[in-house]
Amino acid sequence: MSNTTESWGSRVGLILAMAGNAVGLGNFLRFPVQAVQNGGGTFIIPYLVSFLLMGIPLLWVEWAMGRFGGRFGDHSTPFILDNMTKKRFWKYFGVFGIFTNMGVMAYYTYIESWTLTYTLKSLKGDFLGMDLDGLDQFFNNYVDLGAGINFPVWALLAFLITLSVNIYILSRGLSAGIEKVAKIAMPLLIGFGAFLAIMSWTTGSTGRCADCSTYVGLNYLWQPDFTTLANPKIWLAAAGQIFFTLSVGMGTIHCYSSYLKQKDDIALNAMSAGWMNGFVEIVLGSAVVIPIAVGYLGLDWVVDNAGFMMAFKTMPFLFDQWGSVMAVIAGVAWFGLLFFAGITSSLAMGTPWMGFVQDEFNWSKNKSALILGIAILAMGLPTIFFFEKGVFDEYDYWTGTVSLVIFALAEVILFAWVFGMDKGWKEITDGADMRVPRFYRPIIKYITPLFIGIIFLTSMFKPLNGELSDWSSAFTSLFSGNGWPWANDSIINQIFHINTGVQWMQDGVLTNMFYIDMSRFFLLACFFALVGMVKVASNKRKKAAQ
Amino acid sequence: MTTSALIMIILTQGTVIAATIYFFRKVLKAPQNAEPDSYSDNDPK
Repeated sequence: MSNTTESWGSRVGLILAMAGNAVGLGNFLRFPVQAVQNGGGTFIIPYLVSFLLMGIPLLWVEWAMGRFGGRFGDHSTPFILDNMTKKRFWKYFGVFGIFTNMGVMAYYTYIESWTLTYTLKSLKGDFLGMDLDGLDQFFNNYVDLGAGINFPVWALLAFLITLSVNIYILSRGLSAGIEKVAKIAMPLLIGFGAFLAIMSWTTGSTGRCADCSTYVGLNYLWQPDFTTLANPKIWLAAAGQIFFTLSVGMGTIHCYSSYLKQKDDIALNAMSAGWMNGFVEIVLGSAVVIPIAVGYLGLDWVVDNAGFMMAFKTMPFLFDQWGSVMAVIAGVAWFGLLFFAGITSSLAMGTPWMGFVQDEFNWSKNKSALILGIAILAMGLPTIFFFEKGVFDEYDYWTGTVSLVIFALAEVILFAWVFGMDKGWKEITDGADMRVPRFYRPIIKYITPLFIGIIFLTSMFKPLNGELSDWSSAFTSLFSGNGWPWANDSIINQIFHINTGVQWMQDGVLTNMFYIDMSRFFLLACFFALVGMVKVASNKRKKAAQ
Repeated sequence: MTTSALIMIILTQGTVIAATIYFFRKVLKAPQNAEPDSYSDNDPK
């Protein structure tokens, strides 16, 4: 239990920090790519339905759980969950709310450092005149790709600087650190995004190829194909996107709202921050990468190459087509907005740890932040050194994907079924500055857990390709004795390496699987180290209560 | 752009922009709770 004097400075500051937590690199890079790969304009329908049936309920649940825990002086999920039930094991589910953040922060801060470097490089004009091959080469050199084991000196230095900035801001606390950054970063991010969106909307046809027009890109992104609505893959992709974009299932929202008093609103705050994230994603995020790339490289190129790395390997080339001055301005705006999107999220990822150790071990803010920095450095270095060995992706899969779904499923069951909807509904509506629609009560109790449960089960047992027809042929294959055709990214296949088999060494050389499995054991060790800390904290509480 | 794409973009973005403005405006116009509240900027010095 805490004696913290931390608080938010203002309501707008809290909402901007909460929106900053949600707005991340994925708003500009993941959303448009997902839309392109999943039905274009039709993607928005399951996306909005998922937002209404899963996103908003989870936001309210997490805000309510956080404020409830804060009443008992708890600011991290292990003991927030512990307060909601007499069953002691729930606090160990709460460990996900610290572990996920630290795991994601470890590699996310590395990407954030790329955006910082690219902002400075853009400002210096280093990308002027560079073609796509040149940009590809620059990036590969920067992260030392091709070396097997990577030792990128400048990228390491940038990572250390970025991590230090994060740690310094976290050590300043909520209102003097995180809130202050959010109040500067969020308006700048929206301004930069709006500038790039306007550039995209007004560029139109460039004449570089027959379909080289930003309007062709926008059309591709928004052209509805209603036949795809019957495909469950599209729905799962949309639901997955809602998960990642709102930063639910992480423990950061609980932590931020745990500093609120019972009489103060959470329902309207949650809606405001949630829709602000939606604005950045749907209005700004959809207008930048895909349309501008189609404008200069054509639709075929984009369909073949759309992906996360376009941010670094393609965008500077596209900006260069606008002339050298605009290229510098657009480059700074683009990488600057990615940096702001990144840092407001990575700061949020640091707060559950900060809340936990300050509450349970009475560590000072400086000590908490410094030890977090050391832990993130230790967790982050393997993703840098063994980037090419698949360690980076392994972190992303377990901490940035699977853990989120497990924790969200656990928390919504706890809230709606163990804590109970009567008390839960009261927690959501207490002090509300808006009328919370009553139909959300059954949605939170039945629909949201079902929604997340389906996502979890389908991710667990996903058959090869994951289309509707693949599920039926997978069952046919299973019942005819030929086994289940696992998708490579299904959770079961990932755990047991069914498709690939376990081989740590080949021709006397360690395989990628060795590095992947080692990183998995390392993450497990980190998780159990946190479980141990929660156990120690729990024992301390018991002793203090005697 | 095709008409259907244009309708999708206008309807979706219009809804999102309207909801964002509506809720944020509602936050700004909401009356402040009496002290002690959750926010320190308005605390009496």
